Amino acid sequence: MPAQAPIERHTIAVLVDNEPGILARVVGLFSGRGYNIESLTVAETDAEGHRSRITIVTRGTPMVIEQIKAQLDRLVPVHKVSDLTMEGPHVERELALVKVVSTGEKRVESLRIADIFRAKPIDSTIESFTFEITGSGEKIDAFVGLMKPLGLAEVSRTGVVAIARGERGM
Amino acid sequence: MSTAAAAPQLAQDTALPNGAEIVLKALVDQGVDVIFGYPGGAVLPIYDAIFQQNSIKHVLVRQEGGAVHAAEGYARSTGKVGVVLVTSGPGATNAVTGLVDALMDSIPIVCLTGQVPTHLIGNDAFQEADTTGITRPATKHNYLVKDIGKLAQVVHEAFHVARSGRPGPVVIDLPKDILLAKGEYKGPETFKRVSYAPRLDPDPKAIAAAVDLMIKAERPILYTGGGLINSGPRASELLIKLAHMTGFPVTNTLMGLGAMPASDPLFLGMLGMHGTYEANLAMHGCDVMVNLGARFDDRVTGRLNAFSPGSKKIHADIDPSSINKNVRVDVPIVGDATRVLEAMVAEWEKRLAAGAKPDKKALAAWWARIETWRKRDCLAYRKSDAIIKPQYALERLQALTAHRDDVFITTEVGQHQMWAAQFLKFQKPNRWMTSGGLGTMGYGLPAAMGVQMAHPDALVVDVAGEASILMNIQELSTIVQYRLPVKTFILNNQYMGMVRQWQELLHGSRYSESYMDSLPDFVKLAEAFGCVGLRATKVSEVDDVIREMIAVKRPVVVDMAVDQKENCFPMIPSGAAHNEMILGPNDKPGGGEKPGGTGPISEEGMVLV
Repeated sequence: MPAQAPIERHTIAVLVDNEPGILARVVGLFSGRGYNIESLTVAETDAEGHRSRITIVTRGTPMVIEQIKAQLDRLVPVHKVSDLTMEGPHVERELALVKVVSTGEKRVESLRIADIFRAKPIDSTIESFTFEITGSGEKIDAFVGLMKPLGLAEVSRTGVVAIARGERGM
Repeated sequence: MSTAAAAPQLAQDTALPNGAEIVLKALVDQGVDVIFGYPGGAVLPIYDAIFQQNSIKHVLVRQEGGAVHAAEGYARSTGKVGVVLVTSGPGATNAVTGLVDALMDSIPIVCLTGQVPTHLIGNDAFQEADTTGITRPATKHNYLVKDIGKLAQVVHEAFHVARSGRPGPVVIDLPKDILLAKGEYKGPETFKRVSYAPRLDPDPKAIAAAVDLMIKAERPILYTGGGLINSGPRASELLIKLAHMTGFPVTNTLMGLGAMPASDPLFLGMLGMHGTYEANLAMHGCDVMVNLGARFDDRVTGRLNAFSPGSKKIHADIDPSSINKNVRVDVPIVGDATRVLEAMVAEWEKRLAAGAKPDKKALAAWWARIETWRKRDCLAYRKSDAIIKPQYALERLQALTAHRDDVFITTEVGQHQMWAAQFLKFQKPNRWMTSGGLGTMGYGLPAAMGVQMAHPDALVVDVAGEASILMNIQELSTIVQYRLPVKTFILNNQYMGMVRQWQELLHGSRYSESYMDSLPDFVKLAEAFGCVGLRATKVSEVDDVIREMIAVKRPVVVDMAVDQKENCFPMIPSGAAHNEMILGPNDKPGGGEKPGGTGPISEEGMVLV
C-alpha cells in the first residue's frame, strides 16, 4: 500500500434487510477493521419489504474505500452497496436542530441570520429559539459557527442523507 | 427421526413438533450425521430430542472449544458442514475461539447455542451471555431465533450461508422457550434469501485477460490456497491439469497443501515465512503470478512493498473483499476456484488451437533457475545419532506411512506445525487440517477426533508439541469414549518452540516464560486416559515407536523427546522480503538472495508478529 495514496471522502448508500443487529454488524465492521465513519444515518425506507437504507460518509485511500464496499457487500443482510461519490452526481443533505439562548440584539441577530440561511424557528420562548436547518454539512457548519457568539446552546444533527441525481434508482 | 418422518400424516397434524424436534429434523434434512456438543440447561430440550432418535450421532466432548475444532476437522476432511451444539453463557463463550478459527480459515460450521428464554434476555439471567453480540465478529453470520415460525427456515438458511460462497461459521442462538414451543416444520426447499448470492461463475473477459498474461509469461507461477481445497477435489484435478498443460511451477499456501501432489515435479513446496527457498524465490522473481484461492496473507507476502516486485498479478477468489486487500492485482477474478480453473483450461486450449505460442524457451530458462534454487536443498538439517531431530521424526513418520492412501494429518500450532508442513508429503486435498489464519494452539487433537469420526478406518495423526497438546488434552477422554484410534505424535522439546525460536533470533536469547516446566509424563498421562503411551528418547527407537503407533488399533500418544534447540528453517524474518530468507542456523537475518549476509531485523519487522 503506497503511503502517498490520497485520502478521499466517499458517501456510500447501503440497502439492508431491517433485522435486529444489522446496524451493529455495519458499525462493528467499521470499528473492527479500523475504517472511519464521518457520518452514519439509518432508517427504514421500505416498510413492506422490511428494508432500511444506511448512508455512510467515510474517508480512506481508494484501496480502503474499495475494501469497505466489498466488506459491506459481504454481509448477509446487505442487498446493495452504492458508492454515490463514484457513481456520478448526487445530492447530500443534512438536517440540524440548533438551540440559541439569548436576549436583545443577539436574539434579533440570530433570527436575521436564520432567515438568510433559510432556517426555520420551530420552537421559541422569550429567551430562546430552536431553528431547523437543512443543507450541506458545510452550510450547517457555517450556520452553527455564526450562532456561537449569539448564544448557541445545543445542536442536534442527523448526519448526511444522500441520493443520486437524475432518473436512475438504487 | 426416519421413523418419525414416516409417521402417518394425521398424527403430525394433531401433534406439532417442538422447537428442539424441528431443529433436529432440519439437521437430518441438511444431511447431518454427527454433532459435536456439550449439554447444559438451555439446550436440554435438544438433548431430549437427540435421546429419542437414531439418525444423528452426538459426540460428547470435554470442553466446548474442542467441539468446534472437532467439527472443523470433520468439515475439512469431508467437505461437509461441521455441526456444534453447546449451551448458553459459558458454553457459547468457550466456543468463540473455534468460531474465529473457522472464520479465518473459511471452514463451514453451524454452531447451535442455547439461550435463556426470550423473556429473560437482557436480564443477566443465569448462564446468559449476549451470544449474537459476542459472536458477530466471530462468524460469517449469526441468528437469534425469537419466532418458532421461522426456526426451520433459519436452520436451513444457516447451512446455506455456512457452505456457500466463501464458507464460514454460522451461529444460531436458540432461546429455551423457542425450543419448547410447538410449531410447523418446513423443509429446506421453502426458504429463499435474496440479499445473499455469492458469485460463482467468473467473468469471461477476466479469464481472457488472465490467459493473455499467462500465454506471454516468461517466468510464471501458480500460487494456490485454501479456496481450492474448499472448492472440492475437482479443483485440485483441474489445477494438476492446468499446471501440466502450461508447464508452470506450482506452490501452495499452508492452507492449500494437498491441492498439488507433493510428488509432482512441478510442485515447489509451500511458500511463505517457513516455505521453501525455491517457492519463495520463484514468487519473488516471477513475471506472472496466478493466485487461485489464496489471500496474500502476511505469512505469505513478507514485506509488502518488496513482494514479487516485477510481476503481473492475477487473483481469483470467491470473496471480492479478498481481492486488492493487501496486494494490488492486475487481473481480479471473482468466482469459485473450480469454475475459474475450468474456464482457464478451456481458454488456454482455445488459444493454443488458434495458434498462440507460449514462450517455451523462456519457461525452460525459468525452470533452470528454479532448479538451481532447489539444489540448495533448503530443508536440509544437521543429522544426529545422539539426539532425535524433530525433522527426522517427521521424515520417518512420512517414510513409514508413504505407502498408505488414507493418512490424515492435523497439527497444533508452532514449530512442529511448520515442520509437518515441510516434511510430510500431501498427495491429495482434504488430508491436512491445520489452524492457519488464527494459529490456535490446541486445535489438532480435537480436529483429529473430528476427522476420525468421519473416517473411522483411516490413520489420523495429530502432529503436536508438548505445549499445544496440553491446551485441549481433555479430549483424549472423548477419543477413548468413542474408540477413535487417533494418534497423537508429540514432538517434545520442552519449550514453546516457536516462541523460543523468536526469542533466540529477535530478543537476544532471553527465553522469557517459554520453557515448559513441570510437564506431565505423557506416557502415564495417556494410560490414565485409557490410551496407549509410547516414548522414544533415542534415534534408534523412532522407527519402532512409529510402527507400533500405527499397528495398535487404539488411541496412542507418542512422546518423542526431540532436540530442544532445533529451529525451524528456512525462515523469512518478519518485515523481510522473500529474497531475504534465513536458510539455517549459520545465516543471520538480513541476508540477500545469497543467504548468509548479516544485518539486523528492521524496526518495522520487530513490531510484526
